[in-house]
Amino acid sequence: MATAFSAPKLAAQPFSTISPSSQDRPLKIPFLGSTRKLRCLGSSRLNLSRRPSGPVVAVSDVVKAKKPTQNPSLLITKDEGLELYEDMVLGRAFEDMCAQMYYRGKMFGFVHLYNGQEAVSTGFIKLLKQQDSVVSTYRDHVHALSKGVPSRAVMSELFGKSTGCCRGQGGSMHMFSSEHNLIGGFAFIGEGIPVATGAAFSSKYRREVLKEANCDHVTLAFFGDGTCNNGQFYECLNMAALWKLPIVFVVENNLWAIGMSHLRATSDPQIYKKGPAFGMPGVHVDGMDVLKVREVAKEAIGRARRGEGPTLVECETYRFRGHSLADPDELRDPAEKAHYAARDPITALKKYLIENNLAGEAELKAIDKKIDELLEDAVEFAEESPLPPRSQLLENVFADPKGFGIGPDGRYRCEDPKFTEGTAHV
Amino acid sequence: MAAIFQGVGAAATLSSSPSNSFDSNNSFLSPPRSFSVGKGASFSVIRSGGILNLNSKGRRAQQLISNAVATKADSAAVSSSSKPGHELLLFEALQEGLEEEMDRDLRVCVMGEDVGHYGGSYKVTKGLAKKFGDLRVLDTPIAENSFTGMGIGAAMTGLRPVVEGMNMGFLLLAFNQISNNCGMLHYTSGGQFTIPIVIRGPGGVGRQLGAEHSQRLESYFQSIPGIQMVACSTPYNAKGLMKAAIRSENPVILFEHVLLYNLKERIPDEDYICNLEEAEMVRPGEHVTILTYSRMRYHVMQAAKTLVNKGYDPEVIDIRSLKPFDLYTIGNSVKKTHRVLIVEECMRTGGIGASLTAAITENFNDYLDAPIMCLSSQDVPTPYAGTLEEVTVVQPAQIVTAVEQLCR
Repeated sequence: MATAFSAPKLAAQPFSTISPSSQDRPLKIPFLGSTRKLRCLGSSRLNLSRRPSGPVVAVSDVVKAKKPTQNPSLLITKDEGLELYEDMVLGRAFEDMCAQMYYRGKMFGFVHLYNGQEAVSTGFIKLLKQQDSVVSTYRDHVHALSKGVPSRAVMSELFGKSTGCCRGQGGSMHMFSSEHNLIGGFAFIGEGIPVATGAAFSSKYRREVLKEANCDHVTLAFFGDGTCNNGQFYECLNMAALWKLPIVFVVENNLWAIGMSHLRATSDPQIYKKGPAFGMPGVHVDGMDVLKVREVAKEAIGRARRGEGPTLVECETYRFRGHSLADPDELRDPAEKAHYAARDPITALKKYLIENNLAGEAELKAIDKKIDELLEDAVEFAEESPLPPRSQLLENVFADPKGFGIGPDGRYRCEDPKFTEGTAHV
Repeated sequence: MAAIFQGVGAAATLSSSPSNSFDSNNSFLSPPRSFSVGKGASFSVIRSGGILNLNSKGRRAQQLISNAVATKADSAAVSSSSKPGHELLLFEALQEGLEEEMDRDLRVCVMGEDVGHYGGSYKVTKGLAKKFGDLRVLDTPIAENSFTGMGIGAAMTGLRPVVEGMNMGFLLLAFNQISNNCGMLHYTSGGQFTIPIVIRGPGGVGRQLGAEHSQRLESYFQSIPGIQMVACSTPYNAKGLMKAAIRSENPVILFEHVLLYNLKERIPDEDYICNLEEAEMVRPGEHVTILTYSRMRYHVMQAAKTLVNKGYDPEVIDIRSLKPFDLYTIGNSVKKTHRVLIVEECMRTGGIGASLTAAITENFNDYLDAPIMCLSSQDVPTPYAGTLEEVTVVQPAQIVTAVEQLCR
């Protein structure tokens, strides 16, 4: 049974002004058990083969529209606002720098950039404590940065240097940090969700079996719309709801799985509806608006922390770049891209901060400059860092290197000096 | 100092067809074994020689056989003669090992289908849920890929889960998690996360269980870097390997066999573990090295009886560690006998025997007087019909013929 989920302050979307007849799909099925105020989106999402006909609405407009009927106090303080702004700018600038570095031949392989989706990462992760866990997918650079992994470590990892957060052994798609409780970085979609469920299980186990009474660690699992057609997703929704695990499933629905439109792949594209089917609330939120995401995140994380169980949050978001740097991105309608570009989360937050006198242009520009310098430093650090030596090859295959076995001479193979040199053959 | 092993109940489970039952005079030799302290975390226990008697008529053979050959020269003697030891069946030995580790370390937990209230399909977790609670012995829904992944996530965040596949074959559904996450994440995280998980379950050809329930997954998993694989074959090594696997920081896959759960043996009362990387000398000999594991050990020992009567002196080694191979024990044996026969239940193609053949050839080619022979199961989906099933796996008669051929 879906539990009650109190409505966040920014709820109603102006898309309700679009009349149902302008769509060619039946759309408004009020979902069960979720907040009444949040609506699923209108035609601009479901009619993507045509030019979207709805009005483009920015955060600030909605906020302004809500203000007279709501508590006049703002959603964030100045400090919080600046923190959110800085985090999103860091994410955006970092990804742009990645693209630059990739085309200059500093990083290789599959690199998936997060431009446009910053509101989701910042909105959720900035509410977490250090001990909370985040599990991501291959589009994980910005999740790592939001969780606190230093830009230097992430950039070095991308350059494949030994100073990277995973010693250069993981790469773009495998960002891990035990210090910051970032548990991946996974290349195959869906395979991180069970791991996240396990991390949440650990948290519950600590509280109930190990009697660590204050253990209320929450796990966030980020994944995309394509993953929501994968078995692991459903299996984990079931287990998380069954055992009331402290986890939040965050769907970053950017409508495209490489070149596969979400609508062509999914029988019922409204992902949040799948939550109540498993007995947890399913919430849909505008993922281009960091303040809305943050409000929903507060509720979901709070639920998990209090032991009330998991939540499924579907964030409507969009990636401004292609799936990866190798993707020519020819299938997406330029009008769709323009529609979402106009809803750039950073521009929107900036406008909100300035209009509500939380920050001035100069302050925000100073943050932009600070981030630029930070990234210059990160790139320089990564450039100057050493490449992993041959001796690193065999070092982390086993936590206990006795696992390489006993050699013909009776000694453990890991005692062979060729192992520390990396020249032994396993 | 011989202990007497009785395998009364086990005979029925071990014979694969009525025509293949053990006669009343069967006896298996198991000489004293000692486990060297020098090789790491193993304890040393001297086990006295004895017989594993699998008597289909329920008679107990009282023969005492003493065979004083120890496997390791530097064995330390910790005699178990002061304590009598206790007799149990293999599944009880697994349960005992699991329970002792759960008592010892609160972070050890079990996950799997029907492990809790049902007590486990093969009773390995019987009684544990009552003792430790539903969270420590977790009954999962039928979602192998996801609960194995959940176990991996729990292992990465500080727990020590034991994931049970009700049948090893079901773990094929968890292959994604086992290969991508279990094996790889320690490496791709640059050593930041350890995955001290144990994945276990029964596999192998049973009694007309049909193709899908008769799979041998060791050949599929062996290429995965970052995992260790062990196969137990006696109550003694079942308990020892279970405990060692749980204590290991590496992910370990423990292969049990459906037909071996009712083997009875007397095991020591005191705490002991079996080294995960070592092979077990079952019967020292001079003429030929027979390498085997799991259930085929018993077919080999049955063939050994016939071979001894014919005048051969086979050396039988239970390799136990399927990945990595114990090249020391195996190598010493090859250097002594110069002839190798591998008897396994894996399929011919790409099986453990194939890898072992390659490893021996690479390392000990100069010591071989004859090409290595490898007897494996046929590359056939295991048929349901008993007569056909019998010929898909290696039978003692084939082993005898192979040794005769090898020793010509």
